[in-house]
Amino acid sequence: MAPKTSAEIGGMGHSVKRKEDPRFVRGQGNYVDDIKLPGMLYLDIVRSPYAHAKITAIRTEAALKIPGVLAVITGDTLKQFNLHWMPTLMSDTQMVLPTDTVMYQAQEVAGVIATSRYAAADGVEAVEVDYDPLPVVVDPFKALEPGAPVLRTDKKDKKDNRIFHWEVGDRAATDRAFAEAEVKVLQDIYIPRIHVASIETCGCVADFDRVRGKLTVYMTTQAPHAIRTVLALVAGHVGLSEEKIRVVSPDIGGGFGGKVPVYPGYVIAIAASVVIGKPVKWIEDRMENLQADSFARDYHIRAELAAKKDGTMTAMRIKTVADHGYADAAANPSKFPAGLFSICTGSYGFKNAFAEVDGVYTNKPPGGIAYRCSFRVTEAAHTIERMADVLAQELKMDPAALRMKNFIPADQFPYHSALGWEYDSGNYAGALKKAMDIVGYDALRKEQAAKRAKGELMGIGISSFVEIVGAGPSKHFDILGIKMFDSAEIRVHPTGKATARFGTKSQGQGHETTYAQIVAEELGIPAAHVEVEEGDTDTAPYGLGTYASRSTPTAGAAGAMAARKIRDKAKKIAAHLLEVSEEDLEWEPGKFSVKGAPQKVKTIQEIAFAAYTNHPQGMEAGLEAVSYYDPPNLTFPFGSYICVVDIDRGTGEVKIRRFVAVDDCGNIINPMIVEGQIHGGLTMGMAPALLEEISYDENGNVQGGSFMDYLVPTAMETPKWETDKTTTPSPHHPLGAKGVGESATVGAPPAIANAVVDALAHLGVKHIDIPITPEKVWRILKEKGVAE
Amino acid sequence: MSMHTISVTINGTAHSAEIESRLLLVHFIREVVGLTGTHIGCDTTHCGACTVLLDGEPVKSCTVLAVQADGRQVTTVEGLEKDGKLDPIQEGFIQEHGLQCGFCTPGMMMTGYALLKRTKRPTEAEIRHAISGNLCRCTGYVNIVKAVQYAAAKQ
Repeated sequence: MAPKTSAEIGGMGHSVKRKEDPRFVRGQGNYVDDIKLPGMLYLDIVRSPYAHAKITAIRTEAALKIPGVLAVITGDTLKQFNLHWMPTLMSDTQMVLPTDTVMYQAQEVAGVIATSRYAAADGVEAVEVDYDPLPVVVDPFKALEPGAPVLRTDKKDKKDNRIFHWEVGDRAATDRAFAEAEVKVLQDIYIPRIHVASIETCGCVADFDRVRGKLTVYMTTQAPHAIRTVLALVAGHVGLSEEKIRVVSPDIGGGFGGKVPVYPGYVIAIAASVVIGKPVKWIEDRMENLQADSFARDYHIRAELAAKKDGTMTAMRIKTVADHGYADAAANPSKFPAGLFSICTGSYGFKNAFAEVDGVYTNKPPGGIAYRCSFRVTEAAHTIERMADVLAQELKMDPAALRMKNFIPADQFPYHSALGWEYDSGNYAGALKKAMDIVGYDALRKEQAAKRAKGELMGIGISSFVEIVGAGPSKHFDILGIKMFDSAEIRVHPTGKATARFGTKSQGQGHETTYAQIVAEELGIPAAHVEVEEGDTDTAPYGLGTYASRSTPTAGAAGAMAARKIRDKAKKIAAHLLEVSEEDLEWEPGKFSVKGAPQKVKTIQEIAFAAYTNHPQGMEAGLEAVSYYDPPNLTFPFGSYICVVDIDRGTGEVKIRRFVAVDDCGNIINPMIVEGQIHGGLTMGMAPALLEEISYDENGNVQGGSFMDYLVPTAMETPKWETDKTTTPSPHHPLGAKGVGESATVGAPPAIANAVVDALAHLGVKHIDIPITPEKVWRILKEKGVAE
Repeated sequence: MSMHTISVTINGTAHSAEIESRLLLVHFIREVVGLTGTHIGCDTTHCGACTVLLDGEPVKSCTVLAVQADGRQVTTVEGLEKDGKLDPIQEGFIQEHGLQCGFCTPGMMMTGYALLKRTKRPTEAEIRHAISGNLCRCTGYVNIVKAVQYAAAKQ
């Protein structure tokens, strides 16, 4: 689709260079750790070496003798202010600092406040803590067995380790469909615990001004407004009032979901600043980040499909155990304890489906957040896309043909899924067809057969995923009761330049550029003349923040709606200036002209000036608007990915030879940025498919707690991604756009896993859990007698 | 803790200070000198966000003691722009969309800059090898490779 605006205006469809980049390439970004305030103190944290233990003593004398160490804060210190526990975003509770028991390895035990980063670290070394180890529960299935130690003894009536049971769909009808099925397949699938590992870790500078009674927190947060409200609710009883709290989210070095929750370190730093009256900085190191911050995934899934012999899928049944660690600290909308996992029917027209999830406590860090995906959508997509291949293999069908047979047809949108969603728009067969054409699918299948005959291992994997992103609508979605709308406020200044503020917060997505393009699209003011601001709760309108690909669907839509309000007013002013009625005016980007007299024109810049200098009698001066946008539905981006792998029979290494990604995110604001986000998402999809996992030994010791063994992809493992697109606009979004930043993270893992299984299918391999490491593959090759 | 007076020339300007022997070069650059373009992303020399040039060679400044830089030349991201003109590597990152959150970018550019000083026309494989000690979580590296190629063509 050709852009509606000129390159000078730079509205939608233009690959405008990013407004953020000039400061970042000069090293002039302003990240939290770059902030240095006069008299600033440093917090460092003592952490537990045990996964489950009673604390019998904390001795601080030696630490307090170290030059520069000013205070050691323990659970008992915070208990005086009733701040030793805090709510999670799922209305569970978690400790800020323990008063008696630690529940996971690396849990915060005490905070040391000192005059320098190094002195604080010395203090941490000198704090002596005595522990009495307790039985450790690592396996979530064992946690559910009768007689398992009950972990949350702080909850009076809690008699087991089950956090929640959640189910969706028609169980009886689904069971009937299975009973009548011609073909059934069942597969256990584990989607392991992983960590977003943004290159910037988490941290804050808490600065309490005793005179004004105002707390400013510079913080690595994806949701500054919601965090301010949470702080006001949690600390209201010690005198922090919402109008006296300012949360500033400055430049953020990647978020991916990991910077949504409130971590104990933030709260300790805030408490210390309030008590001491000086700014306190806390910056976690990488090992703290990987070992203690909220993890993602950790779903143990049993999935079943029922089908006809011709490959028509008839029913899906899923039973899942979700390991949440010692607290449910997911960041899901409150009515959705398993997030949007019910998108698990995927791109296919199931008549019957049923899914249930049990959340379980274990002695691991709390969490259940996303890893660059909308709430539990990756788990859902991996399940259905892996199961489609399991079924194809059972039926000896080509996996592309099986998908084509079962796709929801393009003419059936909006489509109502068996698990209750209204898919807004889609053309799944179109995307798969395009991916197959680009990759040369039929030729690859012939090549594979030839290679197989020679004993070489080559596989082709498909993933035709659908996502569900952009929560609200607020009638279904809230976080701690706060409705999931989002907001924009645009002010057009007298000289025709604009400032636009949003309730979201970019962490690399390029909002300063794309939001400016939205304003440019709607008002014709060049994107270069639109200054975008986010992340300061004192100035930006209230919003729920950036995660789950919601910025464009919600705040981006709010930007368009606010701009349209401004355009409506601009039309009245133009009519006044041109001395015609509004009906006689025509709009093209940047100007109103008189119908039939195109030389009679008023530009948006002239109109802006008039809004402050020559506005019609009876009209308020100024040219600005606010919109709080509550989307009528979510958006459903989709795509088809095809991955080609070669497997080294000597080492078990999986080499991605080609990866073709065809994405459809509706109308595109900035093609360059969208492509960049897909590249990044694909890499973060490959990461858990082949490399990343955080696991625990039987004593709850973390494995994969540093970059030594938590393997974030480098440029060496990452293939050269091939991207393309189809365009199916969202019918309800004002710009026809959908979210995109996470599509590839959702879609890539099953494409890769399917390719590896496909390479080994003739040996009888039906499934491999991710991450598919060389060791795992080599063991299979050895077992099948084909290792070299 | 023993103290040392060191003098390090950073981007052409000499900086002297009395520091603890254990102070890391990255903390000297960021906190003593106040140049915060050099970032810290891990503690195990893996991520490369702290990459600077020490006498022209890329080093991870979280794994160099400040005293080891005494009397030597350090170049940080702030030293790339000359006379108000961006270095081709900086231009390349903008033109080819080689950055998103910007956190790994300074270290990534320093590594790319050093590569181009020793290899005028690197192959894609050479670029990928050179930056393999710098982690990026946002871009998937495709456009970072293009950014280095852009700079190679421009210089």
